[in-house]
Amino acid sequence: MSSLRRFVDKIKPNFEKGGKFAALQSTFEAFETFLFVPNHVTQKGSHIRDAMDMKRTMIVVVLALVPAILLGMWNTGYQNALAIGLERAVLGNFWFGFLKVFPIIVVSYVVGLGVEFLFAQIRHHEVSEGYLVSGILVPLVVPVDTPLWMVAVATVFAVIIGKEVFGGVGMNILNPALTARAFLFFAYPTFMSGDKVWINGLIKGEGIVDGFSGATALGQAAVNDPQILNTTGDPMTGMDMFLGIIPGSIGETSTLAILIGAAFLIFTGVGSWKIIFSVFAGGTVMGLILNAFGGNALMEIPFWQHLMLGGFAFGAVFMATDPVSAAQTERGRWIYGFLIGILAIIIRVLNPAFPEGVMLAILLMNVFAPLIDHYVIESHIKKRLKRAKISINT
Amino acid sequence: MSNAFLQTKNYSMSKVINIKKGLDIKLKGAAEKIISNVKPSSTFAVKPIDFPGVVPKLVARPGDMVKAGTILFFDKGHPEVKFASPVSGEVKAVNRGERRRILEVVVEADGKNEYEDFGAADPGKLDQEQIIRKIQDAGLWPSIRQRPYAVIARSQSEPKAIFISGFNTAPLSPDMDFMVKGNNSAFQTGINALNKLTRGEVHLSLQSDYPADEVFTQASGVTLHYFKGPHPAGNPGVQIHHIDPVNKDEVVWYIQPQEVIMIGRLFEQGVYDAARVIAVTGSEVKKPRYFKVLSGTCIEPYVLDNVNSGALRYISGNVLTGSKINKIGYLGYYDSQVTVLPEGNYYEMFGWIAPGFKKLSVSRSFPSWLTPGREYKVDTNLKGGERPFVVTGEYEKVLPMNIYPMHLLKAILVDDIEKMEQLGIFEVAEEDFALCEFVCPSKIEIQSIIRQGIDLMIKELE
Repeated sequence: MSSLRRFVDKIKPNFEKGGKFAALQSTFEAFETFLFVPNHVTQKGSHIRDAMDMKRTMIVVVLALVPAILLGMWNTGYQNALAIGLERAVLGNFWFGFLKVFPIIVVSYVVGLGVEFLFAQIRHHEVSEGYLVSGILVPLVVPVDTPLWMVAVATVFAVIIGKEVFGGVGMNILNPALTARAFLFFAYPTFMSGDKVWINGLIKGEGIVDGFSGATALGQAAVNDPQILNTTGDPMTGMDMFLGIIPGSIGETSTLAILIGAAFLIFTGVGSWKIIFSVFAGGTVMGLILNAFGGNALMEIPFWQHLMLGGFAFGAVFMATDPVSAAQTERGRWIYGFLIGILAIIIRVLNPAFPEGVMLAILLMNVFAPLIDHYVIESHIKKRLKRAKISINT
Repeated sequence: MSNAFLQTKNYSMSKVINIKKGLDIKLKGAAEKIISNVKPSSTFAVKPIDFPGVVPKLVARPGDMVKAGTILFFDKGHPEVKFASPVSGEVKAVNRGERRRILEVVVEADGKNEYEDFGAADPGKLDQEQIIRKIQDAGLWPSIRQRPYAVIARSQSEPKAIFISGFNTAPLSPDMDFMVKGNNSAFQTGINALNKLTRGEVHLSLQSDYPADEVFTQASGVTLHYFKGPHPAGNPGVQIHHIDPVNKDEVVWYIQPQEVIMIGRLFEQGVYDAARVIAVTGSEVKKPRYFKVLSGTCIEPYVLDNVNSGALRYISGNVLTGSKINKIGYLGYYDSQVTVLPEGNYYEMFGWIAPGFKKLSVSRSFPSWLTPGREYKVDTNLKGGERPFVVTGEYEKVLPMNIYPMHLLKAILVDDIEKMEQLGIFEVAEEDFALCEFVCPSKIEIQSIIRQGIDLMIKELE
């Protein structure tokens, strides 16, 4: 450890003002602080500080995503095995999925961090840790067969338009990872929807078992199939949905893995349980209302299945809770989460153009979050004024 | 009117105000309740930098002989606010910082313990103006502060109430009961004087967990309030907020118990007797104890041979709000505590991902939640890099006031005077936000931002 530190100290002057590589100062700093918590001491104000910092906050979210990543990788292999009629062991499926998913993760991180480093360098900032989370969220919300160059383009778009134009981390209005997904969805719709994209290998169509369908549950319901089937033609059970043995984007299928992540986020206090809870509450309420009307396959999906299908759970736990783009007041969070839940199901069920509504619901509420906060603050100010008046009158 | 007044008075006497938000930071090195004796310091200082907004105008010059109570300087903006020497001796130095700003006026004690005579008087027989004048002449006025702004009280406007916090909750803070013990008479006289300064009440807040010292419980002319809960329950700002909050165009004053005692002594004996009890605390102090000192003492005698080796941070006050001084620095005007911590100027490999068994955090991503009773040795490392606001909801958990901290801070950062006012800038002081600063994962200097906002309000409104 100390030899590494000595090495870092030795090369450090080169990156400081006037050094050979002064242009790369932010990059150097990013790597240095990645290796070592800096030796900065408190100057003003509180002399001691909590050990929690931004890096750790972000790493907690990444850790919370690990179950979804692992199950997503396995499911990629498993669905592929079903499609080509192959028997593979658990590890075999996982390894297959790993080889498919890992390149996407690498591309997302390399491209995204590349843009971040570039901007930090131009603005002489420290590189911010925000992309540690966005970089893993992007691969988890795309179908496994998304071409790598698309991932790269979407990542560049998301970091620049979703974040840097607003002034960087902490200033953005939209969730960057969802911005990437929305970009892909609207720019390359054929790679983002339909019944061929969700399982690896289906687009090419080689060696696919006859009669195999890669349609998602929502895709089937959208065309009013009377019964939702899984990929092998049997009815899809609630347990399939809960465990995530269904087609879908890489990380979104397993409600179980997502709930494990949610528990970790809530336990560490990094994720807001109020938002998570209220998104599910909103989805439940809207699902119940639609169930009461019925009429077509989508409206008749039981409300509790809605919560496990598509990206609902993933969006509720990992996207809606992004503190920067969510509502920031406690009361605002309840409203924000609840409306996401309602809107997600409305778009999903009532809008024929979009078989999935979570992404759009969250992006929409990202835009409205400041407005929600504004009204919460206004009512707070009114109460304070009232208090002042009462005190004058007595 | 008077009937309703009495009713509220009785009501608040019995009610315990339960503070739920906040945080008790448990550190190593609390002072044992023993008063140690060492040879007292020979140098003392009054530091203009202890008083936000004060522009000092020197009266005494180096070489002048002064007594305890002789004025050293006054505030240019408010000439009636005078600052007195706590000890008799010779003005030794006027130490200046950048742009010749006066940092401290140092007096070397001559050991004669001579006092300026301001004449003993019964506050009951003086009118409001005479009492104010007497406190000001003796240089004790700076001990009375006001909200809004958390600055020395402006004597021109009468406060609607005066607040005294009878307990400390800050990390390692000295035991208030222990410090005031035996000063029954002086405290009462001080209260009598304060009662003449307001037509409202003099509120004394105590903690409800165990019985307070009789100095407090036997005092008459005060309205007692009982608080329960973690830090910052002991902050006057929090107590004011829960008892009788400051609205626009309202002013309240507040003062600490040891300063009430000094005002009491002024009326009883006619002198400025700056004797106070302080605690020397912190993980790097070998024997954390209490000492009897005079205000503004050099801390050297109390930390000499009493601290561990290594790079140390000397703090006048507590770890959250105190000011950084050096080993031969001077105690701040309002401080009854010296804290010594290890400096944190080291690198830690992968500290942000390591489990961190010895680290103190409110986050459960560190194992410290497993051992809630444990006392921590915490150094001054910033523990991360400064970042923009990202995480939300953390400040709210440690600020027991009906205030939206993040929105207030953002209003200050964009100089939005109207919003600052609407969001409660009049009620707060830096110290109320100290815990927000402690927990902030973005390592933002929140206390400085609050003071920046207050300074702007003063500039705009006064």
